[in-house]
Amino acid sequence: MNWKTFLALLARDVHGARRNFVPLLLQTFLQPMMFVFIFGRVMVSSGYMPAAYKSLLLPGIMAISMVFTGVWAVAMPLIAEFQFTREIEDRLLAPIEIYWLAIEKVVFGAMQALLAGLVVIPSAWLLLRPGVELNMRSPLGFVSVTLLVALFSACGGLALGCSINQTHIGLMFSMVLTPMIFFGCAYYPWSALNHFPILQKIVLVNPLVYASEGLRGTLVPQFPHLSMPVVLIALTFFDALLLTAGLRQFHRKAVS
Amino acid sequence: MLVGIRTRDLRKIYTSAPPLASGGGFAFSTARGKGNKPPKPQIAALDGLSLEVSPGEIFGLLGPNGAGKSTTVGILTTRTRPTGGQAWIGEHDVWKDQVAVKRLIGVVAQRPNLDFSLTAREILLFHGAYFGLDSRERADRAEALLDRFKLRDRSDQMARGFSGGMMQRLSIARAMMHDPQILFLDEPSAGLDPQTRLLLWEIIREYNQRGKTILLTTHNMEEADALCQRLAIIDHGRMIALGTPGDLKASVPGGFLLRLRFGHHSPELLLRLQTLAGVTEVRPNHNNSADVYADRGGSLISEIANLASGASVELCDVHISEPSLENLFLHHTGRSLRE
Repeated sequence: MNWKTFLALLARDVHGARRNFVPLLLQTFLQPMMFVFIFGRVMVSSGYMPAAYKSLLLPGIMAISMVFTGVWAVAMPLIAEFQFTREIEDRLLAPIEIYWLAIEKVVFGAMQALLAGLVVIPSAWLLLRPGVELNMRSPLGFVSVTLLVALFSACGGLALGCSINQTHIGLMFSMVLTPMIFFGCAYYPWSALNHFPILQKIVLVNPLVYASEGLRGTLVPQFPHLSMPVVLIALTFFDALLLTAGLRQFHRKAVS
Repeated sequence: MLVGIRTRDLRKIYTSAPPLASGGGFAFSTARGKGNKPPKPQIAALDGLSLEVSPGEIFGLLGPNGAGKSTTVGILTTRTRPTGGQAWIGEHDVWKDQVAVKRLIGVVAQRPNLDFSLTAREILLFHGAYFGLDSRERADRAEALLDRFKLRDRSDQMARGFSGGMMQRLSIARAMMHDPQILFLDEPSAGLDPQTRLLLWEIIREYNQRGKTILLTTHNMEEADALCQRLAIIDHGRMIALGTPGDLKASVPGGFLLRLRFGHHSPELLLRLQTLAGVTEVRPNHNNSADVYADRGGSLISEIANLASGASVELCDVHISEPSLENLFLHHTGRSLRE
Protein backbone atom coordinates (compact mmCIF):
# COMPACT_ATOMS: atom_id res chain seq x y z
CA MET A 1 0.00 0.00 0.00
CA ASN A 2 1.34 3.33 -1.07
CA TRP A 3 -0.21 6.20 0.90
CA LYS A 4 1.27 8.99 -1.19
CA THR A 5 -0.38 7.63 -4.31
CA PHE A 6 -3.64 6.91 -2.51
CA LEU A 7 -3.84 10.46 -1.13
CA ALA A 8 -2.95 11.93 -4.53
CA LEU A 9 -5.80 9.96 -6.11
CA LEU A 10 -8.14 11.23 -3.41
CA ALA A 11 -6.86 14.79 -3.87
CA ARG A 12 -7.63 14.55 -7.57
CA ASP A 13 -11.26 13.59 -6.89
CA VAL A 14 -11.67 16.30 -4.25
CA HIS A 15 -10.19 18.82 -6.68
CA GLY A 16 -12.70 17.81 -9.34
CA ALA A 17 -15.60 17.99 -6.88
CA ARG A 18 -14.52 21.44 -5.71
CA ARG A 19 -14.51 22.64 -9.28
CA ASN A 20 -18.10 21.43 -9.69
CA PHE A 21 -19.24 22.55 -6.27
CA VAL A 22 -22.40 24.46 -7.18
CA PRO A 23 -23.89 21.92 -9.61
CA LEU A 24 -23.03 19.21 -7.12
CA LEU A 25 -24.78 21.09 -4.34
CA LEU A 26 -27.91 21.66 -6.40
CA GLN A 27 -27.95 18.06 -7.55
CA THR A 28 -27.65 16.80 -3.99
CA PHE A 29 -30.06 19.05 -2.18
CA LEU A 30 -32.64 20.44 -4.54
CA GLN A 31 -34.77 17.33 -4.76
CA PRO A 32 -34.75 16.33 -1.07
CA MET A 33 -35.43 19.91 0.01
CA MET A 34 -38.40 20.19 -2.33
CA PHE A 35 -39.68 16.92 -0.95
CA VAL A 36 -39.23 18.18 2.60
CA PHE A 37 -41.01 21.39 1.75
CA ILE A 38 -44.03 19.80 0.05
CA PHE A 39 -44.57 16.83 2.38
CA GLY A 40 -43.24 18.29 5.61
CA ARG A 41 -44.49 21.81 5.24
CA VAL A 42 -47.32 22.12 2.69
CA MET A 43 -49.08 18.81 3.44
CA VAL A 44 -48.69 19.18 7.21
CA SER A 45 -49.78 22.80 7.50
CA SER A 46 -52.80 22.12 5.28
CA GLY A 47 -53.79 19.28 7.56
CA TYR A 48 -53.45 16.36 5.11
CA MET A 49 -50.53 14.98 7.12
CA PRO A 50 -50.20 14.86 10.91
CA ALA A 51 -47.61 17.17 12.46
CA ALA A 52 -45.58 14.20 13.67
CA TYR A 53 -44.82 13.33 10.04
CA LYS A 54 -42.19 16.08 10.02
CA SER A 55 -40.04 14.21 12.50
CA LEU A 56 -40.67 10.86 10.82
CA LEU A 57 -39.68 12.25 7.41
CA LEU A 58 -36.33 13.79 8.35
CA PRO A 59 -34.27 10.59 8.84
CA GLY A 60 -35.74 9.13 5.66
CA ILE A 61 -34.76 12.20 3.65
CA MET A 62 -31.31 12.03 5.18
CA ALA A 63 -30.97 8.38 4.15
CA ILE A 64 -32.10 9.12 0.58
CA SER A 65 -29.75 12.09 0.24
CA MET A 66 -26.82 10.06 1.50
CA VAL A 67 -27.51 7.07 -0.70
CA PHE A 68 -28.19 9.14 -3.76
CA THR A 69 -25.08 11.26 -3.24
CA GLY A 70 -22.78 8.31 -2.58
CA VAL A 71 -24.04 6.28 -5.53
CA TRP A 72 -23.86 9.29 -7.81
CA ALA A 73 -20.40 10.37 -6.64
CA VAL A 74 -18.89 6.96 -7.35
CA ALA A 75 -20.97 5.49 -10.17
CA MET A 76 -21.24 8.41 -12.57
CA PRO A 77 -17.52 9.25 -12.84
CA LEU A 78 -16.66 5.54 -13.11
CA ILE A 79 -19.16 5.00 -15.91
CA ALA A 80 -17.74 7.98 -17.79
CA GLU A 81 -14.08 7.19 -17.11
CA PHE A 82 -14.30 3.57 -18.22
CA GLN A 83 -16.02 4.57 -21.46
CA PHE A 84 -14.48 5.34 -24.81
CA THR A 85 -12.10 8.00 -23.52
CA ARG A 86 -10.63 5.66 -20.86
CA GLU A 87 -9.89 8.66 -18.68
CA ILE A 88 -9.17 6.36 -15.78
CA GLU A 89 -6.20 4.75 -17.56
CA ASP A 90 -3.64 7.17 -16.14
CA ARG A 91 -4.73 6.35 -12.59
CA LEU A 92 -4.74 2.62 -13.34
CA LEU A 93 -1.07 3.06 -14.25
CA ALA A 94 -0.28 4.80 -10.96
CA PRO A 95 2.13 2.78 -8.81
CA ILE A 96 -0.44 1.16 -6.55
CA GLU A 97 -2.45 -2.08 -6.77
CA ILE A 98 -5.50 -1.28 -8.85
CA TYR A 99 -8.05 -2.28 -6.22
CA TRP A 100 -6.82 0.65 -4.13
CA LEU A 101 -8.13 2.94 -6.84
CA ALA A 102 -11.58 1.39 -6.32
CA ILE A 103 -11.22 1.79 -2.57
CA GLU A 104 -10.21 5.40 -3.05
CA LYS A 105 -13.41 5.92 -5.03
CA VAL A 106 -15.38 4.38 -2.17
CA VAL A 107 -13.68 6.58 0.42
CA PHE A 108 -14.36 9.66 -1.69
CA GLY A 109 -18.01 8.69 -2.26
CA ALA A 110 -18.51 7.93 1.44
CA MET A 111 -17.03 11.31 2.34
CA GLN A 112 -19.47 13.04 0.04
CA ALA A 113 -22.40 10.98 1.34
CA LEU A 114 -21.45 11.86 4.94
CA LEU A 115 -21.29 15.52 4.05
CA ALA A 116 -24.68 15.32 2.34
CA GLY A 117 -26.24 13.54 5.34
CA LEU A 118 -24.83 15.99 7.82
CA VAL A 119 -25.99 19.01 5.84
CA VAL A 120 -29.48 17.60 5.35
CA ILE A 121 -30.17 17.54 9.09
CA PRO A 122 -29.84 21.28 9.76
CA SER A 123 -31.31 22.36 6.43
CA ALA A 124 -34.36 20.10 6.74
CA TRP A 125 -34.72 21.13 10.36
CA LEU A 126 -34.70 24.82 9.31
CA LEU A 127 -37.23 24.16 6.58
CA LEU A 128 -39.56 22.15 8.83
CA ARG A 129 -39.39 23.95 12.15
CA PRO A 130 -41.20 24.26 14.41
CA GLY A 131 -42.33 20.80 15.30
CA VAL A 132 -39.32 18.57 14.52
CA GLU A 133 -38.46 16.46 17.55
CA LEU A 134 -35.01 14.94 17.28
CA ASN A 135 -34.02 12.71 20.22
CA MET A 136 -30.51 11.48 19.70
CA ARG A 137 -30.09 9.13 22.64
CA SER A 138 -26.93 7.39 21.52
CA PRO A 139 -24.43 9.54 19.59
CA LEU A 140 -22.27 6.46 19.08
CA GLY A 141 -25.20 4.61 17.51
CA PHE A 142 -25.88 7.58 15.26
CA VAL A 143 -22.24 7.80 14.16
CA SER A 144 -22.05 4.06 13.46
CA VAL A 145 -25.26 4.02 11.42
CA THR A 146 -24.28 7.15 9.50
CA LEU A 147 -20.85 5.75 8.66
CA LEU A 148 -22.28 2.43 7.55
CA VAL A 149 -24.89 4.16 5.39
CA ALA A 150 -22.23 6.37 3.78
CA LEU A 151 -20.10 3.32 3.07
CA PHE A 152 -23.07 1.38 1.71
CA SER A 153 -23.93 4.18 -0.70
CA ALA A 154 -20.35 4.42 -1.99
CA CYS A 155 -19.95 0.64 -2.32
CA GLY A 156 -23.30 0.52 -4.13
CA GLY A 157 -21.99 3.22 -6.46
CA LEU A 158 -18.88 1.16 -7.14
CA ALA A 159 -20.86 -2.01 -7.91
CA LEU A 160 -23.35 -0.14 -10.12
CA GLY A 161 -20.79 2.09 -11.81
CA CYS A 162 -18.65 -0.88 -12.84
CA SER A 163 -21.60 -2.96 -14.00
CA ILE A 164 -23.41 -0.69 -16.40
CA ASN A 165 -22.56 1.36 -19.44
CA GLN A 166 -23.35 4.93 -20.32
CA THR A 167 -26.34 3.89 -22.41
CA HIS A 168 -28.00 2.34 -19.36
CA ILE A 169 -27.76 5.21 -16.89
CA GLY A 170 -31.47 5.98 -17.32
CA LEU A 171 -32.25 2.35 -16.68
CA MET A 172 -30.13 2.40 -13.54
CA PHE A 173 -32.30 5.19 -12.17
CA SER A 174 -35.66 3.75 -13.14
CA MET A 175 -34.89 0.10 -12.39
CA VAL A 176 -32.58 0.32 -9.40
CA LEU A 177 -32.61 3.66 -7.60
CA THR A 178 -36.27 4.65 -7.90
CA PRO A 179 -37.73 1.34 -6.62
CA MET A 180 -35.06 1.32 -3.94
CA ILE A 181 -36.15 4.75 -2.75
CA PHE A 182 -39.90 4.06 -2.82
CA PHE A 183 -39.59 0.66 -1.15
CA GLY A 184 -36.82 1.85 1.14
CA CYS A 185 -39.03 2.88 4.11
CA ALA A 186 -37.71 6.43 3.74
CA TYR A 187 -41.12 8.12 3.65
CA TYR A 188 -42.78 5.72 6.10
CA PRO A 189 -41.59 3.36 8.84
CA TRP A 190 -41.19 -0.33 8.06
CA SER A 191 -44.04 -1.08 10.45
CA ALA A 192 -46.37 0.87 8.15
CA LEU A 193 -46.15 -2.15 5.82
CA ASN A 194 -47.82 -4.40 8.44
CA HIS A 195 -50.90 -4.53 6.24
CA PHE A 196 -48.85 -5.79 3.32
CA PRO A 197 -47.10 -8.79 4.92
CA ILE A 198 -45.56 -10.15 1.71
CA LEU A 199 -44.25 -6.77 0.61
CA GLN A 200 -42.98 -6.19 4.13
CA LYS A 201 -40.81 -9.31 3.84
CA ILE A 202 -39.67 -8.55 0.29
CA VAL A 203 -38.45 -5.01 1.06
CA LEU A 204 -35.99 -6.48 3.56
CA VAL A 205 -33.65 -7.21 0.63
CA ASN A 206 -33.47 -3.45 0.05
CA PRO A 207 -30.52 -2.03 1.98
CA LEU A 208 -32.10 1.43 2.06
CA VAL A 209 -34.68 -0.01 4.50
CA TYR A 210 -31.94 -0.50 7.09
CA ALA A 211 -30.47 2.92 6.35
CA SER A 212 -33.82 4.67 6.87
CA GLU A 213 -34.81 2.58 9.85
CA GLY A 214 -31.36 2.92 11.42
CA LEU A 215 -31.34 6.71 11.13
CA ARG A 216 -34.93 6.76 12.40
CA GLY A 217 -33.90 4.62 15.36
CA THR A 218 -31.05 6.95 16.30
CA LEU A 219 -32.60 10.35 15.47
CA VAL A 220 -36.32 9.89 16.26
CA PRO A 221 -36.55 6.72 18.35
CA GLN A 222 -40.07 7.70 19.47
CA PHE A 223 -41.33 6.21 16.17
CA PRO A 224 -41.44 2.47 15.53
CA HIS A 225 -38.26 1.20 13.89
CA LEU A 226 -36.27 -2.01 13.34
CA SER A 227 -34.06 -2.99 16.25
CA MET A 228 -30.59 -1.47 16.15
CA PRO A 229 -28.58 -4.75 16.19
CA VAL A 230 -30.54 -5.92 13.14
CA VAL A 231 -29.86 -2.61 11.41
CA LEU A 232 -26.14 -2.69 12.18
CA ILE A 233 -25.71 -6.32 11.14
CA ALA A 234 -27.69 -5.82 7.92
CA LEU A 235 -25.81 -2.64 6.96
CA THR A 236 -22.45 -4.30 7.64
CA PHE A 237 -23.54 -7.26 5.53
CA PHE A 238 -24.61 -5.07 2.60
CA ASP A 239 -21.42 -2.99 2.86
CA ALA A 240 -19.29 -6.11 2.62
CA LEU A 241 -21.40 -7.64 -0.15
CA LEU A 242 -21.43 -4.53 -2.33
CA LEU A 243 -17.73 -3.85 -1.75
CA THR A 244 -16.81 -7.40 -2.75
CA ALA A 245 -19.05 -7.29 -5.83
CA GLY A 246 -17.83 -3.79 -6.68
CA LEU A 247 -14.14 -4.70 -6.45
CA ARG A 248 -14.72 -7.74 -8.62
CA GLN A 249 -16.55 -5.75 -11.26
CA PHE A 250 -13.91 -3.02 -11.09
CA HIS A 251 -11.18 -5.52 -11.81
CA ARG A 252 -13.12 -6.94 -14.75
CA LYS A 253 -13.50 -3.46 -16.19
CA ALA A 254 -9.95 -2.38 -15.50
CA VAL A 255 -8.01 -5.35 -16.87
CA SER A 256 -8.79 -6.79 -20.26
CA MET B 1 19.74 2.24 -14.42
CA LEU B 2 19.03 0.65 -17.78
CA VAL B 3 15.96 -1.51 -18.08
CA GLY B 4 15.01 -3.88 -20.87
CA ILE B 5 11.89 -5.77 -21.89
CA ARG B 6 11.47 -9.49 -22.43
CA THR B 7 8.52 -11.66 -23.35
CA ARG B 8 8.34 -15.40 -23.75
CA ASP B 9 5.71 -17.14 -25.83
CA LEU B 10 3.11 -14.49 -25.08
CA ARG B 11 -0.42 -15.47 -26.01
CA LYS B 12 -3.67 -13.57 -25.69
CA ILE B 13 -7.06 -14.85 -26.67
CA TYR B 14 -10.02 -12.51 -26.32
CA THR B 15 -13.35 -14.21 -25.69
CA SER B 16 -15.16 -10.91 -26.03
CA ALA B 17 -14.27 -7.80 -27.97
CA PRO B 18 -11.18 -6.02 -26.60
CA PRO B 19 -12.27 -3.29 -24.17
CA LEU B 20 -11.83 -0.36 -26.49
CA ALA B 21 -14.06 -1.90 -29.08
CA SER B 22 -16.73 -3.24 -26.73
CA GLY B 23 -20.22 -1.89 -27.08
CA GLY B 24 -23.05 -1.34 -24.61
CA GLY B 25 -24.85 -3.80 -22.38
CA PHE B 26 -24.98 -4.92 -18.78
CA ALA B 27 -21.69 -6.47 -17.77
CA PHE B 28 -23.65 -8.73 -15.40
CA SER B 29 -25.29 -10.45 -18.34
CA THR B 30 -21.99 -11.30 -19.98
CA ALA B 31 -20.32 -12.45 -16.80
CA ARG B 32 -21.37 -16.08 -17.05
CA GLY B 33 -22.60 -18.02 -20.02
CA LYS B 34 -25.37 -20.57 -19.52
CA GLY B 35 -24.77 -24.12 -20.71
CA ASN B 36 -26.92 -23.92 -23.83
CA LYS B 37 -25.54 -20.63 -25.13
CA PRO B 38 -23.42 -20.75 -28.28
CA PRO B 39 -19.69 -20.66 -27.46
CA LYS B 40 -18.14 -17.23 -27.39
CA PRO B 41 -16.06 -16.32 -30.43
CA GLN B 42 -12.37 -16.50 -29.68
CA ILE B 43 -10.01 -13.96 -31.15
CA ALA B 44 -6.32 -14.77 -30.91
CA ALA B 45 -4.58 -11.41 -30.67
CA LEU B 46 -1.18 -12.83 -29.79
CA ASP B 47 0.02 -16.25 -30.79
CA GLY B 48 3.29 -17.01 -29.05
CA LEU B 49 5.24 -13.78 -29.26
CA SER B 50 8.77 -13.79 -27.85
CA LEU B 51 10.66 -10.53 -27.81
CA GLU B 52 13.79 -9.16 -26.27
CA VAL B 53 14.29 -5.41 -26.17
CA SER B 54 17.73 -4.36 -24.97
CA PRO B 55 18.07 -1.68 -22.33
CA GLY B 56 18.50 1.76 -23.89
CA GLU B 57 17.17 0.72 -27.28
CA ILE B 58 14.45 2.26 -29.45
CA PHE B 59 12.53 -0.79 -30.53
CA GLY B 60 9.64 -0.75 -32.97
CA LEU B 61 6.72 -3.10 -33.40
CA LEU B 62 5.57 -2.75 -36.96
CA GLY B 63 2.43 -4.33 -38.29
CA PRO B 64 -0.99 -3.65 -39.75
CA ASN B 65 -4.07 -2.92 -37.64
CA GLY B 66 -5.05 -5.95 -35.58
CA ALA B 67 -1.57 -7.49 -35.73
CA GLY B 68 -1.31 -7.61 -31.94
CA LYS B 69 0.82 -4.52 -31.34
CA SER B 70 -1.50 -2.83 -28.86
CA THR B 71 -2.18 -6.12 -27.08
CA THR B 72 1.57 -6.57 -26.63
CA VAL B 73 1.82 -3.07 -25.17
CA GLY B 74 -1.28 -3.78 -23.02
CA ILE B 75 0.33 -6.87 -21.50
CA LEU B 76 3.71 -5.20 -20.96
CA THR B 77 2.04 -2.27 -19.19
CA THR B 78 -0.10 -4.42 -16.81
CA ARG B 79 -3.32 -3.40 -18.52
CA THR B 80 -4.03 -6.71 -20.26
CA ARG B 81 -3.84 -10.15 -18.72
CA PRO B 82 -1.97 -12.62 -20.95
CA THR B 83 -3.68 -15.93 -21.69
CA GLY B 84 -0.28 -17.62 -21.74
CA GLY B 85 3.43 -16.91 -21.63
CA GLN B 86 5.39 -14.44 -19.55
CA ALA B 87 6.59 -10.88 -19.76
CA TRP B 88 9.28 -9.05 -17.82
CA ILE B 89 10.20 -5.41 -17.41
CA GLY B 90 13.78 -5.50 -16.16
CA GLU B 91 13.74 -8.26 -13.55
CA HIS B 92 10.07 -7.88 -12.72
CA ASP B 93 7.41 -10.27 -13.93
CA VAL B 94 4.81 -7.88 -15.31
CA TRP B 95 1.76 -9.75 -14.09
CA LYS B 96 3.09 -10.68 -10.64
CA ASP B 97 4.94 -7.51 -9.75
CA GLN B 98 2.65 -4.85 -11.16
CA VAL B 99 3.44 -1.96 -8.84
CA ALA B 100 7.19 -2.23 -9.37
CA VAL B 101 6.62 -2.43 -13.11
CA LYS B 102 4.33 0.59 -13.12
CA ARG B 103 7.05 2.66 -11.46
CA LEU B 104 9.45 1.87 -14.32
CA ILE B 105 7.17 2.58 -17.25
CA GLY B 106 5.50 5.52 -18.93
CA VAL B 107 2.68 4.76 -21.33
CA VAL B 108 1.18 6.68 -24.21
CA ALA B 109 -1.96 4.91 -25.37
CA GLN B 110 -3.12 4.76 -28.94
CA ARG B 111 -5.95 7.17 -28.23
CA PRO B 112 -5.56 10.13 -25.88
CA ASN B 113 -6.93 9.16 -22.46
CA LEU B 114 -6.46 12.46 -20.69
CA ASP B 115 -8.26 13.30 -17.49
CA PHE B 116 -10.98 15.62 -18.77
CA SER B 117 -11.79 17.09 -15.39
CA LEU B 118 -8.35 18.71 -15.16
CA THR B 119 -6.38 21.42 -16.96
CA ALA B 120 -3.24 20.57 -18.90
CA ARG B 121 -0.96 21.65 -16.06
CA GLU B 122 -3.05 19.81 -13.45
CA ILE B 123 -2.87 16.64 -15.53
CA LEU B 124 0.92 16.76 -15.28
CA LEU B 125 0.94 17.80 -11.61
CA PHE B 126 -1.46 15.07 -10.49
CA HIS B 127 0.38 12.48 -12.54
CA GLY B 128 3.56 13.49 -10.71
CA ALA B 129 1.71 13.27 -7.40
CA TYR B 130 0.53 9.70 -8.16
CA PHE B 131 4.22 8.82 -8.50
CA GLY B 132 5.07 10.44 -5.19
CA LEU B 133 7.07 13.43 -6.51
CA ASP B 134 7.22 16.31 -4.05
CA SER B 135 5.45 19.50 -4.99
CA ARG B 136 8.56 21.49 -6.00
CA GLU B 137 9.81 18.74 -8.30
CA ARG B 138 6.33 18.29 -9.76
CA ALA B 139 6.01 21.95 -10.59
CA ASP B 140 9.49 22.17 -12.12
CA ARG B 141 9.02 19.12 -14.31
CA ALA B 142 5.54 20.19 -15.41
CA GLU B 143 6.82 23.61 -16.49
CA ALA B 144 9.72 22.09 -18.41
CA LEU B 145 7.46 19.63 -20.21
CA LEU B 146 4.84 22.26 -21.04
CA ASP B 147 7.61 24.27 -22.69
CA ARG B 148 9.19 21.32 -24.46
CA PHE B 149 5.87 20.21 -25.92
CA LYS B 150 4.81 23.78 -26.78
CA LEU B 151 1.74 23.68 -24.57
CA ARG B 152 2.46 26.65 -22.36
CA ASP B 153 -0.18 28.93 -23.95
CA ARG B 154 -2.96 26.52 -23.12
CA SER B 155 -1.58 25.10 -19.88
CA ASP B 156 -4.42 26.40 -17.70
CA GLN B 157 -7.21 25.30 -20.00
CA MET B 158 -9.22 22.13 -19.61
CA ALA B 159 -7.77 19.32 -21.70
CA ARG B 160 -11.19 18.36 -23.08
CA GLY B 161 -11.11 21.38 -25.38
CA PHE B 162 -7.76 20.49 -26.93
CA SER B 163 -7.23 19.46 -30.55
CA GLY B 164 -6.17 15.88 -31.27
CA GLY B 165 -2.55 16.89 -31.79
CA MET B 166 -2.41 18.82 -28.52
CA MET B 167 -3.96 15.93 -26.63
CA GLN B 168 -1.36 13.62 -28.07
CA ARG B 169 1.48 15.97 -27.09
CA LEU B 170 0.07 16.28 -23.57
CA SER B 171 -0.29 12.48 -23.31
CA ILE B 172 3.39 12.07 -24.14
CA ALA B 173 4.41 14.84 -21.75
CA ARG B 174 2.40 13.12 -19.03
CA ALA B 175 4.06 9.77 -19.69
CA MET B 176 7.48 11.44 -19.27
CA MET B 177 6.46 13.30 -16.11
CA HIS B 178 7.80 10.70 -13.67
CA ASP B 179 10.92 10.14 -15.79
CA PRO B 180 10.26 6.44 -16.46
CA GLN B 181 13.02 4.07 -17.54
CA ILE B 182 10.89 2.65 -20.32
CA LEU B 183 8.53 4.60 -22.51
CA PHE B 184 5.76 2.80 -24.40
CA LEU B 185 4.34 4.71 -27.33
CA ASP B 186 1.39 3.11 -29.10
CA GLU B 187 1.08 4.72 -32.53
CA PRO B 188 2.60 7.96 -31.25
CA SER B 189 2.36 10.02 -34.39
CA ALA B 190 -1.06 8.91 -35.64
CA GLY B 191 -3.04 12.04 -36.42
CA LEU B 192 -0.15 14.45 -35.94
CA ASP B 193 0.78 17.06 -38.52
CA PRO B 194 4.26 16.66 -40.09
CA GLN B 195 5.74 19.47 -38.02
CA THR B 196 4.56 18.03 -34.71
CA ARG B 197 5.68 14.58 -35.83
CA LEU B 198 9.21 15.88 -36.30
CA LEU B 199 9.11 17.55 -32.88
CA LEU B 200 7.95 14.27 -31.37
CA TRP B 201 10.71 12.27 -33.08
CA GLU B 202 13.27 14.74 -31.81
CA ILE B 203 11.92 14.42 -28.26
CA ILE B 204 11.90 10.61 -28.47
CA ARG B 205 15.53 10.52 -29.64
CA GLU B 206 16.52 12.96 -26.94
CA TYR B 207 14.82 10.85 -24.28
CA ASN B 208 16.54 7.74 -25.60
CA GLN B 209 19.92 9.45 -25.41
CA ARG B 210 19.41 9.74 -21.66
CA GLY B 211 19.61 5.95 -21.51
CA LYS B 212 15.89 5.23 -21.65
CA THR B 213 14.38 2.27 -23.42
CA ILE B 214 11.61 3.06 -25.87
CA LEU B 215 9.13 0.65 -27.36
CA LEU B 216 6.90 2.09 -30.01
CA THR B 217 4.30 0.56 -32.24
CA THR B 218 3.55 1.92 -35.65
CA HIS B 219 2.22 1.03 -39.02
CA ASN B 220 4.12 3.90 -40.52
CA MET B 221 7.27 2.67 -42.25
CA GLU B 222 8.81 6.09 -42.38
CA GLU B 223 8.54 6.40 -38.63
CA ALA B 224 9.95 2.94 -38.00
CA ASP B 225 12.80 3.67 -40.38
CA ALA B 226 13.58 7.07 -38.89
CA LEU B 227 13.42 6.18 -35.22
CA CYS B 228 13.94 2.52 -34.47
CA GLN B 229 17.26 0.87 -33.89
CA ARG B 230 15.62 -2.53 -34.20
CA LEU B 231 12.25 -3.61 -35.46
CA ALA B 232 9.97 -6.59 -35.11
CA ILE B 233 7.42 -7.02 -37.83
CA ILE B 234 4.35 -8.76 -36.51
CA ASP B 235 1.20 -10.04 -38.12
CA HIS B 236 -1.62 -12.15 -36.69
CA GLY B 237 0.06 -12.08 -33.30
CA ARG B 238 3.30 -13.63 -34.54
CA MET B 239 6.69 -12.21 -35.30
CA ILE B 240 7.53 -12.51 -38.98
CA ALA B 241 10.83 -10.64 -39.08
CA LEU B 242 13.29 -9.05 -36.67
CA GLY B 243 16.33 -6.88 -37.19
CA THR B 244 17.61 -3.37 -37.84
CA PRO B 245 15.62 -1.44 -40.46
CA GLY B 246 18.64 -1.69 -42.80
CA ASP B 247 19.02 -5.46 -42.37
CA LEU B 248 15.32 -6.00 -42.83
CA LYS B 249 15.21 -3.99 -46.02
CA ALA B 250 18.25 -5.82 -47.33
CA SER B 251 16.54 -9.13 -46.69
CA VAL B 252 13.89 -8.48 -49.33
CA PRO B 253 14.98 -10.40 -52.43
CA GLY B 254 16.32 -7.91 -54.91
CA GLY B 255 15.16 -4.96 -52.92
CA PHE B 256 13.03 -3.39 -55.65
CA LEU B 257 9.43 -4.39 -56.06
CA LEU B 258 7.57 -3.97 -59.34
CA ARG B 259 3.84 -4.53 -59.13
CA LEU B 260 2.50 -5.30 -62.58
CA ARG B 261 -1.01 -5.75 -63.91
CA PHE B 262 -1.69 -7.36 -67.28
CA GLY B 263 -4.68 -7.49 -69.61
CA HIS B 264 -5.03 -11.20 -69.05
CA HIS B 265 -3.32 -14.01 -67.21
CA SER B 266 -0.39 -15.63 -68.99
CA PRO B 267 1.71 -18.20 -67.08
CA GLU B 268 4.13 -18.30 -69.97
CA LEU B 269 4.84 -14.58 -69.68
CA LEU B 270 5.47 -14.92 -65.97
CA LEU B 271 8.01 -17.64 -66.65
CA ARG B 272 9.77 -15.39 -69.12
CA LEU B 273 9.85 -12.51 -66.65
CA GLN B 274 11.77 -14.80 -64.33
CA THR B 275 14.57 -15.02 -66.91
CA LEU B 276 15.17 -11.25 -67.09
CA ALA B 277 18.53 -10.13 -65.69
CA GLY B 278 18.24 -8.90 -62.09
CA VAL B 279 14.85 -10.52 -61.36
CA THR B 280 15.00 -12.64 -58.24
CA GLU B 281 11.40 -13.66 -57.79
CA VAL B 282 8.09 -13.47 -59.62
CA ARG B 283 4.91 -13.96 -57.66
CA PRO B 284 1.62 -14.21 -59.52
CA ASN B 285 -1.30 -12.47 -57.81
CA HIS B 286 -5.01 -12.41 -58.34
CA ASN B 287 -6.55 -10.06 -60.95
CA ASN B 288 -3.90 -10.88 -63.59
CA SER B 289 -1.26 -9.09 -61.60
CA ALA B 290 2.20 -10.13 -60.49
CA ASP B 291 4.87 -8.94 -58.06
CA VAL B 292 8.39 -8.93 -59.41
CA TYR B 293 11.29 -8.63 -56.97
CA ALA B 294 14.44 -7.41 -58.64
CA ASP B 295 17.69 -5.63 -57.97
CA ARG B 296 16.80 -2.77 -60.31
CA GLY B 297 13.65 -0.79 -60.97
CA GLY B 298 12.94 1.56 -63.91
CA SER B 299 15.43 -0.02 -66.30
CA LEU B 300 13.43 -3.27 -66.23
CA ILE B 301 10.23 -1.68 -67.47
CA SER B 302 11.12 -1.54 -71.17
CA GLU B 303 12.20 -5.20 -71.12
CA ILE B 304 9.01 -6.21 -69.35
CA ALA B 305 6.95 -4.20 -71.86
CA ASN B 306 8.77 -5.90 -74.75
CA LEU B 307 8.18 -9.35 -73.30
CA ALA B 308 4.51 -8.53 -72.76
CA SER B 309 3.94 -7.28 -76.28
CA GLY B 310 5.83 -10.29 -77.63
CA ALA B 311 3.39 -12.53 -75.76
CA SER B 312 0.41 -10.39 -76.90
CA VAL B 313 -0.41 -9.47 -73.34
CA GLU B 314 -1.32 -5.89 -72.58
CA LEU B 315 0.63 -4.26 -69.74
CA CYS B 316 -2.04 -2.23 -67.91
CA ASP B 317 -0.32 -0.93 -64.81
CA VAL B 318 3.17 -0.69 -63.34
CA HIS B 319 4.19 0.43 -59.89
CA ILE B 320 7.80 0.51 -58.78
CA SER B 321 8.80 0.69 -55.12
CA GLU B 322 12.30 1.07 -53.85
CA PRO B 323 13.69 -1.13 -51.06
CA SER B 324 11.41 -0.45 -48.08
CA LEU B 325 9.87 -2.02 -45.03
CA GLU B 326 6.56 -1.94 -46.84
CA ASN B 327 8.03 -4.31 -49.44
CA LEU B 328 9.38 -6.48 -46.68
CA PHE B 329 5.96 -6.78 -45.12
CA LEU B 330 4.40 -7.49 -48.46
CA HIS B 331 7.02 -10.12 -49.14
CA HIS B 332 6.30 -11.95 -45.89
CA THR B 333 2.52 -11.69 -45.78
CA GLY B 334 1.37 -11.02 -49.32
CA ARG B 335 -0.55 -8.04 -47.93
CA SER B 336 0.19 -4.38 -47.77
CA LEU B 337 0.66 -2.81 -44.33
CA ARG B 338 -2.18 -0.45 -45.08
CA GLU B 339 -4.69 -3.11 -46.06
